[in-house]
Amino acid sequence: MTVHRQRLLWALAPVSMFLLALALAGCAPTPQTTLLPKSDYAARIQGLFELILVIAAIVFVVVEGFLIYTAIRFRKRKGQDLPAQSHGSQKLEIAWTFAPVVVLAIITVPTISTIFATQQPAPADALEVKVMAHQWWWEFSYPSLGIVTGNEMHIPVGKTTSLVMKSNDVIHSFWVPQLAGKRDVFPNRETRITFIPDEPGTYLGQCAEFCGLSHANMRFRVVVHTPEDFQAWVKAQKTPSIAPTTELAKKGQQLFFATPPGCTACHTIDGTQAKGLVGPNLTRIGARGTTAAGTLENTPDNMARWLTDPEAVKPGSKMPNLHLSESDISALVAFLESMK
Amino acid sequence: MTTLAAPMRRPVAYTGVWSWITTVDHKRIGILYGASALFFLLVGGIEALLIRTQLAVPGNTLVSSDTYSQLFTMHGTTMIFLFVMPLSAAFFNFMVPLMIGARDVAFPRLNALSYWVFLFGGLFMNSSFFMGGAPDAGWFGYANLTSNQFSPGARIDFWVLGLQVLGLSSLMAALNFIVTILNLRAPGMSMMRMPLFVWMTLITSFLLVFALPVLTVGLTLLLFDRFFGTHFYIPAGGGDPLLWQHLFWIFGHPEVYILILPAMGMVSEVLPTFSRKPLFGYPFVVYSGILIAFLGFGVWAHHMFAVGMGPVADAVFATTTMLIAVPTGVKIFNWIGTMWGGALDFKSPLCFAVGFIGMFIIGGISGVMHASVPLDLQQTDTYFVVAHLHYVLFGGAVFGLFAGIYYWFPKITGRMLNDAWGKVHFWIMFVGANLAFFPMHLLGLDGMPRRIYSYDPSMGWNLWNLVSTVGAFTIALSVLIFVINAITALRRGARAPNDPWDAQTLEWSISSPPPVYNFATIPVVHSRRPFWDEKYPDAAHGKAAHAEPEHHGAIHMPNPSYFPIVIALGILVAVSGLMIHPAVSILGAIIMLIGVYGWSFEPAA
Ligand code: HEM
Ligand SMILES: [Cu+2]
Repeated sequence: MTVHRQRLLWALAPVSMFLLALALAGCAPTPQTTLLPKSDYAARIQGLFELILVIAAIVFVVVEGFLIYTAIRFRKRKGQDLPAQSHGSQKLEIAWTFAPVVVLAIITVPTISTIFATQQPAPADALEVKVMAHQWWWEFSYPSLGIVTGNEMHIPVGKTTSLVMKSNDVIHSFWVPQLAGKRDVFPNRETRITFIPDEPGTYLGQCAEFCGLSHANMRFRVVVHTPEDFQAWVKAQKTPSIAPTTELAKKGQQLFFATPPGCTACHTIDGTQAKGLVGPNLTRIGARGTTAAGTLENTPDNMARWLTDPEAVKPGSKMPNLHLSESDISALVAFLESMK
Repeated sequence: MTTLAAPMRRPVAYTGVWSWITTVDHKRIGILYGASALFFLLVGGIEALLIRTQLAVPGNTLVSSDTYSQLFTMHGTTMIFLFVMPLSAAFFNFMVPLMIGARDVAFPRLNALSYWVFLFGGLFMNSSFFMGGAPDAGWFGYANLTSNQFSPGARIDFWVLGLQVLGLSSLMAALNFIVTILNLRAPGMSMMRMPLFVWMTLITSFLLVFALPVLTVGLTLLLFDRFFGTHFYIPAGGGDPLLWQHLFWIFGHPEVYILILPAMGMVSEVLPTFSRKPLFGYPFVVYSGILIAFLGFGVWAHHMFAVGMGPVADAVFATTTMLIAVPTGVKIFNWIGTMWGGALDFKSPLCFAVGFIGMFIIGGISGVMHASVPLDLQQTDTYFVVAHLHYVLFGGAVFGLFAGIYYWFPKITGRMLNDAWGKVHFWIMFVGANLAFFPMHLLGLDGMPRRIYSYDPSMGWNLWNLVSTVGAFTIALSVLIFVINAITALRRGARAPNDPWDAQTLEWSISSPPPVYNFATIPVVHSRRPFWDEKYPDAAHGKAAHAEPEHHGAIHMPNPSYFPIVIALGILVAVSGLMIHPAVSILGAIIMLIGVYGWSFEPAA
């Protein structure tokens, strides 16, 4: 009997591990996975998840096993008499009321301690990043550093990052699974997330609350740097080079500041007269990994696609189609890509 | 006077379309509810197939983002309000009076009115597809995306007004069933002798009466925001979109029990019959149902953990949510206890009932997983939650409803469904449902958010999405098999005897289909299994039903009436007027008043 029981327990760890493996593998890498935590916050969730997954697997096997066994064992046999007409049993009822209570208590206690552990206020030396959600892109600003960027957040490893978030329009939800659980972003109240990233790398994020036509395209990236790299990024960001070298890029620069097309009505480039606030800040856009809210790799071709027809890339986009000529587009692309 | 006299002439037809329009017979109304619900199942099912086809491969362009939003919004809204709820109502209507030994519901004309209001509300909401687009903000339509600023046009208006109308219908039906169950039980049928399905109907009806008004308030505020320029949910005007979430989920959480309790009731009828035993732990199953209903009002904020309510609120709602799993577990164990030691006859209804338990266990377990707030912060608004809600709503409610359909089809139609094809239906649907919904857990853990119309091939979600789509079409195939089976049975199925399953409750003691008046003499009830005890007096220690039938004179049945459909039409016109012109609303109000007037002066029998 005890040997039996031990075997059963051993059999269950694989059930849950099998599920984990399925989710992890799925035959291809899943860059937005919830299962490979890279911060203190995400790691706490993962630890709790593993505990609960094993308990869930045990409950699953025991209860489904009980059901299947009963269904097979008590199938009607030929010529069978009326079975005993039992109406119930007090003892059993008490037993199977208390069994779930115990299991749930085992889950609830670490749940509550994790809730409190992950919602601590940020320490004073944390790096504060203000997150502003827009239909359908993200703006990140660093009040202590005087930097504003779009769709790509840069933070240093090993230091507390404190996000203070607000929305410009409807409710969105900020989610980078490898770094933190999601938190909704509201137009009329601030919400917060704090975490300490523990490994340099690029992590994918995506809006998780349905927010209209391009909800699916409201993606972004978080780049976690070593402290030195982060300093270098800050420095480069604060001293943007706007000195296009090629003829094409120079033509693009003129176009950018001209009306039409009027790019500056909506966009800012730090240190220039472009101060529009409707669209993302384009300072050093050439250095970003993606464009159009993390939906396209930042290549000249993709940038040209975007300028040709934003609506085709992102349904509902608030950037109008400016009906630019092909030559104007290639000039603008050259200019944008030159700003690194 | 002549103009009024004409419509005042009583309808007399008992056959033909006209007789269905004017019927107040609970059985016919039940059939109307059932047929309409199955129609909406096909509508919602086609929407689901379109959604799954779009997601089968990454970067698909089958439907646009705009169409996709309409599809998932209407799929959810349709399946909940136009399929599961009315199909449950179909069984409340047809079966409850039969099971409690009554000749009809307490308010037959009100019953007809609820049906017509439901039908018009459902058609009204779906007509939006042909008028510039269907609602597109999700089935829980979060403010302030639903404001005029972010959702201009009529789409959300259709949703708000349609839900108000549907809510009205459900409220009338719920009150009717509460009064029916409390007042019309046959002599001797005490509360603790009522069949479980009747209990679950009663509990569901109370849930509706307490939960729906909260939705009504929420929708009314939204309606004012959209039509009259108020700012209840509009931050720029000092309103708060979060208010909507609280109101919606205070309704929305009881609503999920409104969806599942009727199915639980059906399973609690099917299991004893096909195990040839009484329900194990009857009082515990009843009390756990009541407890679930009470607790259901104290857990709404578990749908809102990502909002950031603070650690104390999170901890409280996590604990109440864990608590609700206890009575749920008690039910599951009692169902298995009912099967234990029985003589299980695996006909189609039992297959679906056991399938229900198996699937519901999975949904219950994932429910407990996201009751743990930190886990939920990863899982909410991802496919993991989509998996959970389909295990409880499809694996749970739909399997339970099919158990009920296969069980009661002979009683309702007088024809037997083919049992072998029923089992084929079951196995294909069971495989399909697990193929469609299990991989969604993995997609959620792999970071796939819900409500995205497209995804990038580099996200690693390709395989499981394709598998899930294959599962969806497998389910569609099984539904097709059911439809063919049902049509064939209606045309030339074997005649159903009164009691094909050797069942235990009163509805099986009368003919299939039952006569208009149900019971020639009202039975007298001495136990929880009145009909069984009549058949097996030994097992019942000699107590049998019908021992001392009360004497009744000539049977009076309520007469058919035009007025329910007239009033429902008035409501439809009045509501449409809000979107067209105030004069139309006034016209609707006049039609409604004519209906009310006629109804009031119509002789009752
Ligand atoms: C053991 C019982 C159950 C527990 C502990 C449970 C728990 C939960 C929790 C915590 C959520 C919120 C998930 C999220 O949005 O992040 C949820 C969502 C949901 N549950 Fe359950 N649940 C249970 C049973 C049911 C039943 C019986 C139904 C309906 C038949 C149901 C239907 C739903 C639906 C429809 C949603 C999602 C709503 C949405 O976001 O669209 N659940 N459940
Ligand atoms: Cu969003």
